[in-house]
Amino acid sequence: MEPQLKLLKINKNEYLAQQKSKLEDALDMGLTKNEYDLICKKIDKTPNMTELGVFSAMFSEHCSYKSSKKWLKTLPTEASHVIQGPGENAGVIDIGQNLAAVFKIESHNHPSFIEPYQGSATGVGGILRDVFTMGARPIALMNALRFGPPDQPLTKHLVSGVVKGIGGYGNCIGIPTVGGETNFDKSYDGNILVNAMAVGLAKKDRIFYSAATGAGNPVIYVGAKTGRDGIHGATMASTEFTENSAEKRPTVQVGDPFTGKLLLEACLELMNTDAVLSIQDMGAAGLTSSSVEMASKGSLGMNLNLDLVPTREDKMTSYEIMLSESQERMLMILKPGSEEKAKSIFDKWDLDFAIIGEVTNTGRLILTKDGFEACNLPLEPLVEDAPEYNKPYEIKTDKKVLKPSDLKINLTIIDILKTIFKNPNISSKKWIWEQYDSSVMGDTIFTNGESDASIVKIHGTEKKESYGKGLAITTDCTPRYVKSDPIIGGMQAVCEAARNIASSGAKPLAITNNLNFGNPDKKNVMGEIVGSIKGISEAASFLGTPIVSGNVSLYNETNGKSILPTPVIGMVGAIDEVENSLAISAKLDNVLLVLGQSVNFETGWIGCSIYQEVINKKYDGAPPPINLENEKKVIEILLKLNEKKLLTAAHDISDGGLLTTVCEMLFKYNLGLNINLPSNLINCNSYDPLLQSWCFGEDQARIIIATKDIKKVKLILKENNVDFFVLGQTNSSSNLNLKDIATISINEIKKINEKTIPSMMGD
Amino acid sequence: MRSGVVIFPGSNCDRDMIVALRQITGKTPIKIWHKENDFPNLDLIVVPGGFTFGDYLRCGALAARSPVISSIKNHISRGGTVLGVCNGFQILIEAKILPGSLIRNKKLLFTCRETTLEVQNCMKNPFLSGFKIGECLKIPVAHNEGNYFAPKELLKQLKEEGRIALKYSKQNNSEKNYNPNGSSDDIAGILSTNGRVLGMMPHPERAINYLHGGTDGLKLLTNCVKQIIG
Repeated sequence: MEPQLKLLKINKNEYLAQQKSKLEDALDMGLTKNEYDLICKKIDKTPNMTELGVFSAMFSEHCSYKSSKKWLKTLPTEASHVIQGPGENAGVIDIGQNLAAVFKIESHNHPSFIEPYQGSATGVGGILRDVFTMGARPIALMNALRFGPPDQPLTKHLVSGVVKGIGGYGNCIGIPTVGGETNFDKSYDGNILVNAMAVGLAKKDRIFYSAATGAGNPVIYVGAKTGRDGIHGATMASTEFTENSAEKRPTVQVGDPFTGKLLLEACLELMNTDAVLSIQDMGAAGLTSSSVEMASKGSLGMNLNLDLVPTREDKMTSYEIMLSESQERMLMILKPGSEEKAKSIFDKWDLDFAIIGEVTNTGRLILTKDGFEACNLPLEPLVEDAPEYNKPYEIKTDKKVLKPSDLKINLTIIDILKTIFKNPNISSKKWIWEQYDSSVMGDTIFTNGESDASIVKIHGTEKKESYGKGLAITTDCTPRYVKSDPIIGGMQAVCEAARNIASSGAKPLAITNNLNFGNPDKKNVMGEIVGSIKGISEAASFLGTPIVSGNVSLYNETNGKSILPTPVIGMVGAIDEVENSLAISAKLDNVLLVLGQSVNFETGWIGCSIYQEVINKKYDGAPPPINLENEKKVIEILLKLNEKKLLTAAHDISDGGLLTTVCEMLFKYNLGLNINLPSNLINCNSYDPLLQSWCFGEDQARIIIATKDIKKVKLILKENNVDFFVLGQTNSSSNLNLKDIATISINEIKKINEKTIPSMMGD
Repeated sequence: MRSGVVIFPGSNCDRDMIVALRQITGKTPIKIWHKENDFPNLDLIVVPGGFTFGDYLRCGALAARSPVISSIKNHISRGGTVLGVCNGFQILIEAKILPGSLIRNKKLLFTCRETTLEVQNCMKNPFLSGFKIGECLKIPVAHNEGNYFAPKELLKQLKEEGRIALKYSKQNNSEKNYNPNGSSDDIAGILSTNGRVLGMMPHPERAINYLHGGTDGLKLLTNCVKQIIG
């Protein structure tokens, strides 16, 4: 064979890539027999290895959403402020003044477990490209992280690597990482979650899309060279982990934030001209998904000469080039005649720029390599015939309502509070955040340690009388609620996100979601997916915050054990005058009051609460119910009060309940407070279950606000028929007193709060 | 007041510095691309922060070999003023415009947080003259390699020549980690022999608005502009 190949000028591996595939090859690539048979039938031939590789990538769960598509279609995606919903690189919403916010969240779970630094770094790089592909300059990064328990051997290594990787990319490219969440649970021990979100800003009339246009137009490859890294990453992300997963290390991509920065600047510079007709980043499944999606969205075809693709390594085959997930690459269709102008921009930024093919009207993807046709496939089956499964599901819910009297309590309120702040899920994540550059770009007003949502000022909207508009961003999910009741859990994630946005003073606008689940072939996991999508849909419709982009990550299991269902909600809101945004820290002589809690409220909801975990060492029972009317009411009244400039701080009540929230509001200025109690609780002792449930229950639709003008606030609340409960006025004593029942030293709790994560990380 | 901000591939605080200087002077500073060595005479050149060339080699080492550096040196030899912030400070050191070195933070972690700086009893210079000795400024840092290191003799020399301009302050700072990077003598910024070049790790351009949590960066930059235009 060798001499013949020499004669043909084709290298041996390329020759093999162009040979006919067998069923075993398909199974190796993660396809099923049925899928393979379908492919052969639809394309009317036996695919060669490259063609099969293209199919396997496009049919992977990661690209085709085959298990979840049926349900994703039910999400609410429309509203008058939505410019682009799901289906593009990122979602786009109108935020006024001819500006648009462009955002998306995406998971990089599997790669980050295998190689925490590179996995998380490329997660950030990938989501940034999704945003600037649309013509937006990224202005903020967020992340939602889930790890195994701190005492597990791998946790420290994973936390340290993931945090370094996120910082490594974001800090270098110069986009501030302004917030997120980090949680720990045993279910994530073998399967961590790394979800990264990016938000960008564009002119409303300068959004770029991916659909190819105009047969004959040149197809351009720009950015970094293609290497052998990340081949079949999308397929890897679509299977369960086993003990052998470490062998998959070569399928993890390597990030280069410096090239990412050059690509960002070069693309935005080029987008300022009229040269770009359409553009798509090469993310999961690299050149395969970008070329297939661009061509199919434009109902056109594409011819590419793979010999022209800039490669980092010798003798790469068509198969490798098509399936490489090398980072920092883009595919563009340019207006004919603008190639020179475009090339000069990429030359300036020292980036590769290659015309690798052209748009056709054949409806086919035709690839040549070493002078031979390496792939010739109709586009329709690649996209349209990707399977859509209606997998059996069962929504399991825990309906048991836990009563305070069910608990055997041997801890005082102070003991419980200390334990809560020792919990790494509650305690301060400062150790993590300080490793992220949160102030680059000079527009960060609050990170989410300071406010319930992170706030960034919108550059260029300053006016004489105002610092201009701001965006509020948050990510939220309470997986233990979703586990107990997927529908309520899904609703709660949306409601908490909206409450957080509102507590920062901004109006909730739209959602990007990252649905992380176990193996969808299991009925109960599929039930978690279906249930939480139902819950998310209901809450998002009610609150007018549609889903405009998102990502699904399934098969988050290790050796058959599934993660807690984790549908992360990334929400974006806007505030007209950014100086009116609110932090969580109350100031001296402010009155604190709980919105959404009536004077008659006596028994807190303890099922599935952090408090229950402290007492019972487990979570069970039904999660706190959701009342969407009430959620909307507290959000609307808070925004109304803030518009009248009556508020000095706000903090929503979530994990750890009322007392935990109050403590967090007093930390910054070391303040004290004598808390009012409902009349029937005044004579309780510190062990009283009813009083403890009042302190730590996790009933929803409540926000604590701080004001200097309690009279006006009360008046407005009464006029609007909103329940409220006045907690008291802050003082300089730095003691939190519950009548004669307990005196809590804010300083002491604060120290515990700040110590947990550093001591866990050995700092 | 004519100012310019140098931009290398990987600079990422250039826009922030331009915003700050425009806010103070009312004029937009010119952007100087790293390949340029022909630009008009300027009153102030700022080398901003970032990760020039990815900092894949030693921080600032590649940028220090760019064509623009010789022009900056000419500007300095004409008595011109230069401010290097963060990666800009690292570049000035790699270009041997300032002495010493900036090594990995003591804890080997990137650190982004507010620091309190104390104005030192130093030689006359256009950056801090006008401030009281011991005056404190709250300005954030964000870096991986900000740990200023110099041999004892050099530290002694810098001190004697009044070239230590800013130190991380113990004053008004309850945190035991008041020095974010473990730098020798808590040094945050140093001056050139003629006092016309300041390299500092903290970012004054990130504290120019009360919404940033403080305006001490604005105070420093405004003072600098005033001193230069006299």
